[in-house]
Amino acid sequence: MILAERLGKRYGLRPVLRGVSLQVARGEFVAVLGANGAGKTTLLRILATLTRPDAGALWIGGVDALRHPERVRQQIGLVSHHSLVYGELTAAENLRFYGWLYGLRGDALERRIEEALRQMDLWSRRHDRARTFSRGMTQRLTIARALLHDPAVLLLDEPFTGLDQGAAATLSSLLREAALEGRAVIMTTHEIHRGLEGVTRALILRDGQIVHEQRDDLAPQLLAALLHDHANA
Amino acid sequence: MISPRNSSLPCCTTMQTLESPSWARQVWALLWKDLVLEFRTRESITAMVAFAVMAMVMFNFALRLRVDAFRPLAPGILWVTLVFAGTLGLSRSFSNEQVNQCLDGLLLAPYDHSLVFIGKALVNFAFMLLTAALVIPLGAILLDERLAQPGVWLVTALGAMGYAGAGTLIAAMAANTRAREVFLPILLFPLALPLLVAAVIATAGFVDRAPLSEFGAWVGMIVAFIVLFWAAGTLLFEYLVES
Repeated sequence: MILAERLGKRYGLRPVLRGVSLQVARGEFVAVLGANGAGKTTLLRILATLTRPDAGALWIGGVDALRHPERVRQQIGLVSHHSLVYGELTAAENLRFYGWLYGLRGDALERRIEEALRQMDLWSRRHDRARTFSRGMTQRLTIARALLHDPAVLLLDEPFTGLDQGAAATLSSLLREAALEGRAVIMTTHEIHRGLEGVTRALILRDGQIVHEQRDDLAPQLLAALLHDHANA
Repeated sequence: MISPRNSSLPCCTTMQTLESPSWARQVWALLWKDLVLEFRTRESITAMVAFAVMAMVMFNFALRLRVDAFRPLAPGILWVTLVFAGTLGLSRSFSNEQVNQCLDGLLLAPYDHSLVFIGKALVNFAFMLLTAALVIPLGAILLDERLAQPGVWLVTALGAMGYAGAGTLIAAMAANTRAREVFLPILLFPLALPLLVAAVIATAGFVDRAPLSEFGAWVGMIVAFIVLFWAAGTLLFEYLVES
């Protein structure tokens, strides 16, 4: 579903990504781990077609995403550091607006909005403006927005930030379910002890390079130890 | 608590069952969003209208002390007021997108990014027209009653469209700079000077009831300005907002 080859990115003279190659199939749930500044967010922004790499190639669903980004965006859902929702629009209006941009309309759109808001337990607050929401509720609305157009690729940048334990547990099961449904899920996180249930592969990113790939034993304690070892290497 | 998914559709089939979104619907969505946000916050229109009305009143009092006939000055006063008021609105045109990084949300959608420029420029054009709808009658009362005539309305609509196009392009450039409220007028005013000159001369032509052949070329220049900056915005917007 996603094929990235030797992605490179510099901000000024500082290299942020250095030759990152990655292949993620449908149904895979990949966690990208790394300390702050390792390049996780830049990698996710490149995969989301929001940032152009300086080097490398990227295909999503068989389409060259660097040459035809507008053709692959319909397949991408992104949960970023920021909510990407308008505080002065209600929860339903935010989803309706984004639905229109993705070509959804009419009854089909209204059904998707209801389903997404019920799934995120926000249906009772659908007429409330997003600026009145708590951090956790805003994060749930963000996830509803990312899933609204039923994307085949789900990219999440630190999605557990701001969620209470209950919501984090159910988000975790939702991400597992998203992968089981056939989506390619890529999540960055530095919280080893939350949300890694269901992850099929973990990558450790350091100084813009993938320095370790773990497929079999994905126990949080082991990943924490690996992350610590690579941070101090 | 987040509930388990209860979809009637299997994953990732929704998009396959839909036709590609039409650009007209997407531009409408962008317009709808900006108009609803403005209706609820009234950040741009309030500032633009209040500034324009105050400027007209102050020009009236300041100039009346030394000038007997306003007719030669009225087109210039009208356009300087509209340009300054328009700049106030332009400086806020990307502020909604910077809160919660909503610009990323717009750039993630499956369309050519030039549609975002067109949506923003149309909103800015609408705000300038609304401001002009108050300023022209006020100018007719305070400065010269001949300002309220169809020819002046036509030149104002064309000039506002040109200014909105150039202004939206520069506002997109300035959006990611720290001193954007200073950067915008510094870059925009020199660029918009030919438009301002053409608009003042064309407005004066209508006010003086001169034959169209005397100032028609200036109206043509405004149209050329519109074509140039709306085309430039459409082509360059992608590169201006790309990180």
